[in-house]
Amino acid sequence: MKYTPQDFKSDQEVKWCPGCGNHAVLASVQRALPEVCDKLNYARERFVFVSGIGCASRFPYYMNTFGFHGIHGRASAIATGVKVANPSLTVWQVTGDGDALAIGGNHFIHAIRRNIDLNIILFNNQIYGLTKGQYSPTSKLGKITKTSPFGTVEHPFNPGEVVLGARGTFFARSLDVELKLTSEIMVASACHDGTAVTEILQNCVIFNDGTHDEITDKAYRADRTIVLRHGEPMIFGKDRNKGLVLDGLKLKVVTIGEGGITEKDILLHDAKEPNPGVHMMLVNMQAPDYPVALGVIRAVNDKTYDDNVRDQVLEVQRKSTIKNVDGLLRSGSTWEVR
Amino acid sequence: MHKMIDLPDAVIRFSGDSGDGMQLTGTLFADTSALMGNDVSTFPDFPAEIRAPQGSITGVSGFQVRIGDHKISTPGDFCDVLVAMNPAALRANTAWLKPTSTVILDADTFDEKGLTRAGFKTGDAIKELGIENHNIIFAPITSLTKESLKDSGLDLKSILRNKNMFALGICYFLFNRPLEPTEKYCEIKFRKKPQFIASNKKVLHDGFNYASNIHAIQNTYVVKPAANLPKGVYRNINGNQALAWGLIAASEKSGRPLFCGSYPITPATSILEELALRKDLGVKTLQCEDEIAGICTAIGAAFAGNLAVTTTSGPGFSLKSEALGLAMITELPLVVVDVQRSGPSTGIPTKTEQTDLLQALYGRNGECPIVVIASHSPAHCFDAAFWAGKLAMEHMMPVILLSEGFLGNGSEPWKIPTMGDYPEIKPPVVAENDTNYQPFVRDKKRMTRRWALAGTPGVEHRLGGLEKNNDGQVSNNPLVHERMVHERAEKVARVADFIPELQVIGPEQGDILLVGWGGTFGHLYTAVEALKAKKIKVSLAHFDFINPLPHNTAEMFGRFKKILVCELNSGQFAGYLRMQHQQFAYHQYNKVQGQPFTVEEIVNAVINL
Repeated sequence: MKYTPQDFKSDQEVKWCPGCGNHAVLASVQRALPEVCDKLNYARERFVFVSGIGCASRFPYYMNTFGFHGIHGRASAIATGVKVANPSLTVWQVTGDGDALAIGGNHFIHAIRRNIDLNIILFNNQIYGLTKGQYSPTSKLGKITKTSPFGTVEHPFNPGEVVLGARGTFFARSLDVELKLTSEIMVASACHDGTAVTEILQNCVIFNDGTHDEITDKAYRADRTIVLRHGEPMIFGKDRNKGLVLDGLKLKVVTIGEGGITEKDILLHDAKEPNPGVHMMLVNMQAPDYPVALGVIRAVNDKTYDDNVRDQVLEVQRKSTIKNVDGLLRSGSTWEVR
Repeated sequence: MHKMIDLPDAVIRFSGDSGDGMQLTGTLFADTSALMGNDVSTFPDFPAEIRAPQGSITGVSGFQVRIGDHKISTPGDFCDVLVAMNPAALRANTAWLKPTSTVILDADTFDEKGLTRAGFKTGDAIKELGIENHNIIFAPITSLTKESLKDSGLDLKSILRNKNMFALGICYFLFNRPLEPTEKYCEIKFRKKPQFIASNKKVLHDGFNYASNIHAIQNTYVVKPAANLPKGVYRNINGNQALAWGLIAASEKSGRPLFCGSYPITPATSILEELALRKDLGVKTLQCEDEIAGICTAIGAAFAGNLAVTTTSGPGFSLKSEALGLAMITELPLVVVDVQRSGPSTGIPTKTEQTDLLQALYGRNGECPIVVIASHSPAHCFDAAFWAGKLAMEHMMPVILLSEGFLGNGSEPWKIPTMGDYPEIKPPVVAENDTNYQPFVRDKKRMTRRWALAGTPGVEHRLGGLEKNNDGQVSNNPLVHERMVHERAEKVARVADFIPELQVIGPEQGDILLVGWGGTFGHLYTAVEALKAKKIKVSLAHFDFINPLPHNTAEMFGRFKKILVCELNSGQFAGYLRMQHQQFAYHQYNKVQGQPFTVEEIVNAVINL
């Protein structure tokens, strides 16, 4: 069956604030899913959207798929249960910076460690929106919020660093305003076997407006971001003349045509390299010194948890003589009273 | 020549350091006795420390076995034979001796160091404890084990690990038991380390022969096979294993695959371990990162159509509270097993109690009634788990199954049932493309909603913790909320239409009704029998179904002049009964020591009522 984005829209009124970055992400996902269905031969009933608590976590109500709006922080655990119970489902988790990295940090890192086949969309607006403006684990050091009236004294998480540190096999990043790129990443995420985390730098128009302006502003977006694609040189900039090279153990921004630098000197992006060294440097690049890395930064093949579970069950079933409960109850030492 | 004396039943208590292998020794004695046709009941009583300081009182690990030639329901209060592998074990267990008890001691450990560690002031532990009149057998178990294996090529540490087999050999002689079942066990257990097969067998035989050679043992005992056991094939089973198997049985009967998300916690862990073994029956287990993930993965699995289970004990049960509310409001089938232990907080983690009842009944935010059932013996854990799965799936709700450490670790022979004799389980699964499907439209009889498994074409829907209307849409309407609160409560109450009525054991009316629930059944039942022998008329109402209570509860209570509620807490069930049936006066007998009742305590409580 050929799907359109309309097939993935539920009849629910979308209740996010006008101007919220979430609207664009919802549209990007709804645009991507018909392509996912095409590519992987999926029917709509295979999609399950699971969320925790927070503004982003209302997402499942707006998708015309199976959906589960869970409790705060536990979406990774609920999604894991769905996937293990029925591995033929394609399971998507929608979460925020508080939901995934504060209250749900434990479940988030362990889902990634297990490499269970989930697609996790992490909406990072660096603030608690639903509770009206408290700092989150990704708020910048010194950020003034209702619970940090004199500025935070905590170092923030960089979600990509957490994902790579938890042995993540897939990490991508997009901006809420980059609808096309987000859709492209969603397709790549669906095609990846294993836990695929996509961080969306998202604007909260009410409590943290403009937090990502430094990179999202159209005036300098092209110079302060780089869209990475596997196998292509790491070139960026409005004039497509800037690039990344390795300078010792660090990345360095260079200009093509200056100091004898040609396109051949620019690093090629290898998302499939198992060694996370360069990927770690890429996720940690920050404006204004470096462009912020967007696109699929890491996509490494490894066995998934659900594959391993299935293989083990088949192997044990092949060897065991116990085929049903009656057989189980009579296995081992028994005796008869006559 | 010694005499062989027939005994109707006997209690043997093995005790030693937590590294002395007493749990295994007791289990092997119980298994052999069960194979010989005895009825058996066991009570492992061990400390939380894996290897507590050697020779210390806190490190004493005990395993009590009672064997009988008739149906027995408790592991016994006091022991006929005490095996104490060191002075600390003797001191810790003196309270459980009868005047006629035989005490077998490892003489080698009663040196100055051992005696001092156990707090003895003189060189004569027997005199200090005032047990000179008992039949005390000082057997040099350590040195004879060393002697026995001096040519084995094993190092000293490995040699000393065989000490427990020497003690077991003595006990096998004392009770005229065969050695073959234990030999067979060793052959399987050590098939990859054949040197240990030989060493264990040799020491077992040497212990047996030692006992037959010394003159300290004048009499040996015979406990004949239990004559009044129903015919059939039996096996020995502990409560946690039975519980795991009962869940698998419910899965097989319903056709829904079994998923268990869990986190290791004493004394529930072995349920997860048992389920993890059963991949051959398609069981999926997920050892989670924490207790919360245990229940949340299970909720996800329920949404995807599995019989979902999470297993835990008190502290973990507390952590699951919020998610239990989520399972309740989404009305998904889920079995939550709480193998209770002594609390609050970490409490005494290896000791038994019934102190989570009120948490099970009420420990959630919002109006959140949940069905609560309890298992009453190790083997009954199978049926209780089957019931939990059946009610959860057919009534579309979480069900809390309360077990206890005493049941989970304890074992008894079990007449193996046939699955054909168990009822069908028919969950209300929605068919493909059911265009009328609305998530919260209810069946009139049970008040249950239907289960549209994620992945079923045409019935895509959204569930969640927010209040919803029948069509599944989020609703903040005050009246919708109130109606849904009432409907969810009514659904729980209606379960009473589908559970057995309360059966009173003993006369159905009279002066005194003993009331209990859960793992105290064996002791209460035995107390009723003992009181009957004393011509005191007392009956027993034991509850497997706690919320809702059986329909005839009040009717049964009304037939007795006095009601005595006995439980291993400060009166939680009694308090609950006062709320449910306030027209009756409830007397209480309570114990919160991390230990089961003794029959004697119950008998005295009734006499003093």
